[in-house]
Amino acid sequence: MTLRASELRVGDVHTEVVVDDLTRTQIVQYAGASGDYNPLHTDEIFATQVAGFPGTFAHGMLTMGLTGTMVTNYVGDGRLRSFGGRFREQVWPGDTLTGRAEVVDIRTDDNGAGVVELRITTTNQDGVEVFTGEATATID
Amino acid sequence: MAVQRFPVELGHIMMFARSVGDPNPIYFDEQYAADSEVGHVIAPPTFVQAGAQFDPDWPLRPKIGEPWFGSGRNPTGTPRPADDGGGGGMARGLHAEQHFEYHRHLRPGDVLRAETRPGKTWEKEGRRAGKLVFSEMVTEYRDQDDELVITARSVGVRTERAPEAAADAGSGGSQ
Repeated sequence: MTLRASELRVGDVHTEVVVDDLTRTQIVQYAGASGDYNPLHTDEIFATQVAGFPGTFAHGMLTMGLTGTMVTNYVGDGRLRSFGGRFREQVWPGDTLTGRAEVVDIRTDDNGAGVVELRITTTNQDGVEVFTGEATATID
Repeated sequence: MAVQRFPVELGHIMMFARSVGDPNPIYFDEQYAADSEVGHVIAPPTFVQAGAQFDPDWPLRPKIGEPWFGSGRNPTGTPRPADDGGGGGMARGLHAEQHFEYHRHLRPGDVLRAETRPGKTWEKEGRRAGKLVFSEMVTEYRDQDDELVITARSVGVRTERAPEAAADAGSGGSQ
């Protein structure tokens, strides 16, 4: 799927549920793939008794990765130019996250290629923003 | 992160894509990818974070024969630093922001080198966690031809008080 400048409007919105009922096992899976084995994310005993958290919680980069799936589903493969954002609140096992991309600008770069700028927001089941950011992608 | 050699491998990309819930065949099916617009397997947008696997000094991976700060017989395998929230100091540093700029898209067979330099540092008074100290790190990922492929900018925050009070710091991770 590719986006076309002629079909895009500022204010267009794409949303996806990026994870439904996040499991501890998926957090373990992310730890293994990414190499971030911080026990805060996978070790309930460490997280509660040593670090003082109510439990284990997701890597911020897992939330960003899940959100990235939504972004690339929208803009298409190999189209992304930039993607970034801020980790706003923790994400816990059992959370359901919804990613949202809103078109905030459509422009042409110095080489004449079309570019869309997106505002990215990921919220949990309570409507709390857990990640907010920006992305840009090449469009036709 | 200083990584001398980060080989980008098809199987690693597939496992990473699975871990972020992405079933897109562009991340594992070479035939599908060859027939696509991009023409080859690529990596998910946050994949270079997994370059930590190739950092010999990466502190968030257990090292063979060395004590680990996670639980085993005891809640932590390393001594608790007196005023640092435990966990070898890992618990108090949180990941506040992450930004990637893609100069081209990765493909299996690329061999990256990552060099990190410190960026800006600033302070802010948090609502619940006392003084927050933010520091930025910029990592450049260059390929086998020394071409810049991805520029990453990470912002970490350290808090004055206990981590459970630090949710307003923009918490969530540790890399």
